[in-house]
Amino acid sequence: MSTFDDPFDADRKLSRTGCVCGQHRSAEEHDSAAPSLRCEPAPSEEKRYESVVASAVMREMFPNDIARRAFLKSVGASTALAAISQFFPIKTATEAFADAGAPEKKDLKVGFIPITCATPIIMAAPLGFYAKHGLNVEVVKTAGWAVIRDKTLNKEYDAAHMLAPMPIAISLGLGANAVPFTVPAIENINGQGITLAIKHKDKRDPKDWKGMKFAIPFDYSMHNYLLRYYLAENGLDPDTDVQLRSVPPPEMVANLRAENIDGFLAPDNICQRAIYDGVGFMHMLSKEIWDGHPCCTFAASREFIATSPNSFAALTRAIVDATAYASKAENRKEIAEAIAPANYINAPVTVLEQVLTGTYADGLGGVKTDAKRVDFDPFPWQSFAVWMLTQMKRWGQIKGDVDYKAVAEQVYLATDTAKLMTEMGLTPPATSYKSFSVMGRTFDPTKPEDYVNSFKIRKAS
Amino acid sequence: MTASLRLRAAILSVALFLAFIGIWHLATRGTGAVATMSPEYARLMGLTATQGKSVMPGPLDVGAKLWEHLKRPFYDNGPNDKGLGIQLGYSIARVGLGYLLAVIVAIPLGFLIGMSSLINKALDPFIQILKPISPLAWMPLALYTIKDSGLSAIFVIFICSVWPMLLNTAFGVAAVRKEWINVARTLEVGTIRRAFSVILPAAAPTILTGMRISIDIAWLVIVAAEMLVGGTGIGYFVWNEWNNLSITNVIIAILLIGFVGMLLDQILARFTHMVTFPE
Repeated sequence: MSTFDDPFDADRKLSRTGCVCGQHRSAEEHDSAAPSLRCEPAPSEEKRYESVVASAVMREMFPNDIARRAFLKSVGASTALAAISQFFPIKTATEAFADAGAPEKKDLKVGFIPITCATPIIMAAPLGFYAKHGLNVEVVKTAGWAVIRDKTLNKEYDAAHMLAPMPIAISLGLGANAVPFTVPAIENINGQGITLAIKHKDKRDPKDWKGMKFAIPFDYSMHNYLLRYYLAENGLDPDTDVQLRSVPPPEMVANLRAENIDGFLAPDNICQRAIYDGVGFMHMLSKEIWDGHPCCTFAASREFIATSPNSFAALTRAIVDATAYASKAENRKEIAEAIAPANYINAPVTVLEQVLTGTYADGLGGVKTDAKRVDFDPFPWQSFAVWMLTQMKRWGQIKGDVDYKAVAEQVYLATDTAKLMTEMGLTPPATSYKSFSVMGRTFDPTKPEDYVNSFKIRKAS
Repeated sequence: MTASLRLRAAILSVALFLAFIGIWHLATRGTGAVATMSPEYARLMGLTATQGKSVMPGPLDVGAKLWEHLKRPFYDNGPNDKGLGIQLGYSIARVGLGYLLAVIVAIPLGFLIGMSSLINKALDPFIQILKPISPLAWMPLALYTIKDSGLSAIFVIFICSVWPMLLNTAFGVAAVRKEWINVARTLEVGTIRRAFSVILPAAAPTILTGMRISIDIAWLVIVAAEMLVGGTGIGYFVWNEWNNLSITNVIIAILLIGFVGMLLDQILARFTHMVTFPE
């Protein structure tokens, strides 16, 4: 699907009636296509901006679609472009648009945790996405989630890589002082896995896992919620039947080798690393629990947005741009090589390649292929945030009533990112809520409270 | 006699070292059991899985890697990957700053406590409670209040090196022989002069012993502190290589930490020797 709208295509609508993204003839058609929407990079920056500007010009000149179509049909697209260019300098307007809003602060620091979830944040440095958007960004490796949170709250970092639920938790004041935080972009979707120690290779049924010890990276993580969800769906109470431990990712492989833990639901490259070192095997990809789940986000404080709106916009553009580049399968090998050195993730290239290309050793002697093992899609769906809030409620991290929608909309900046994406010539989805299913159970973002109550296994509140 | 003793000790040291390297080499040389696997699968796996290579590197691996690091100690590949020389420099600078602050605070305060039993009694409960706290326990509090990870690390060094110095200074000052103070009093020496020309020289060896203990502790703590806050320093290097499960680099870092720690200790030992006087 092309995200590069051609305003000179007579059969396309430019007005926002029918479907918001303008690619579908009706809202229904758009909705059915929404899950497959991906941001694919346009041929070149300039071309993309040109298209955006041209769209705007055409829209102004022909507010009525029928009139525009008639005009295009009668003179042809190329003649129309030439004609309009004569009295409206599209090229100049494009340049003006691209330059809009010089960043207030060019030298920025962005923190990251060395895992493949941070791919867009990391690769944007060596592959020049920050520079392209006029920024000089230093990406700083950080020791753990609590430290990255504190350093971002301290303003040592202007923005940071965070687990998807962290900005929500910080905004709500869970485990930290309440500071309004925002998520302008999701880093990755999928890309996690349940890895078990080799000795459990015959215990593939989770019902046999009673009494086992599992590691998760952080309490406020998708990993925690997904593992709890998976265990609970299989009849185990994650609070009483197994032990869940918060362990920093680098320690997981060492602990698995030392048999301190039986397995983990961890970010990649950690899962693949355990396999690479012959310590564990891949029980399942997180994708099999919920295909398309978010994992990590790109997060910034509201204060940063308020004080440096243009820097923030440029940063978000760079991340969205990098994410779009990472979403292309043919770029994945190049990315693996760019982010493997000690300055970035510091891991063997083979391991990163297996994660990013999706052709991987499963630890039991087989080679598996799943091109969507990890994927990249920047759009911060507010329904993701609502789902995370339901799980925080379910497991007792939040007590009392929650205004799901208000929190989600305050933290996950779907509207702003959609605007930025449109400006960049990409097509964001039309709505910021979508329904999805987790292990076959459909989640309706409009009825979060019913969803929480529908679970039998949950922490008694 | 002493020469021959020294020679024999040196021979024993070298023999112990060689025995250690030999055992290490033998222990890590072996290859474990290897499951048969298809070449396509093996290509995706690490050496431990494919060749049964030991997880622990042998002395030869470590030696080769160490040589690689020593050849270019000051490279800079960006904010997260710097040469060992630079990392050690950062750590030493942090220790130096925190330690200096501790000296500035601990020695005058120690003097006061040693000279006045009122202050001694008044401050005692605080010191007793604060002294046994692990310096790293301060880290979250420091990060939260100071709001700067570099300064927090320096603060942690400060807080861990202040106690031995403070207590030793107080003890040294209080233990100055009464006769000397009485002689000074008879000669009508003023308080300030008495402190500097009688008590300070008499207490100096004890004070320096405290300073020596402090620098050892400071160097122990900086590694852990840097592993926590990350960014730069030898502790960060250990963490970064641990992240990559590179035991070889971790061993090299351990060796260097030991070496630098010994140097710092020797410098303070030399100072202690200089101020020690025969009675």
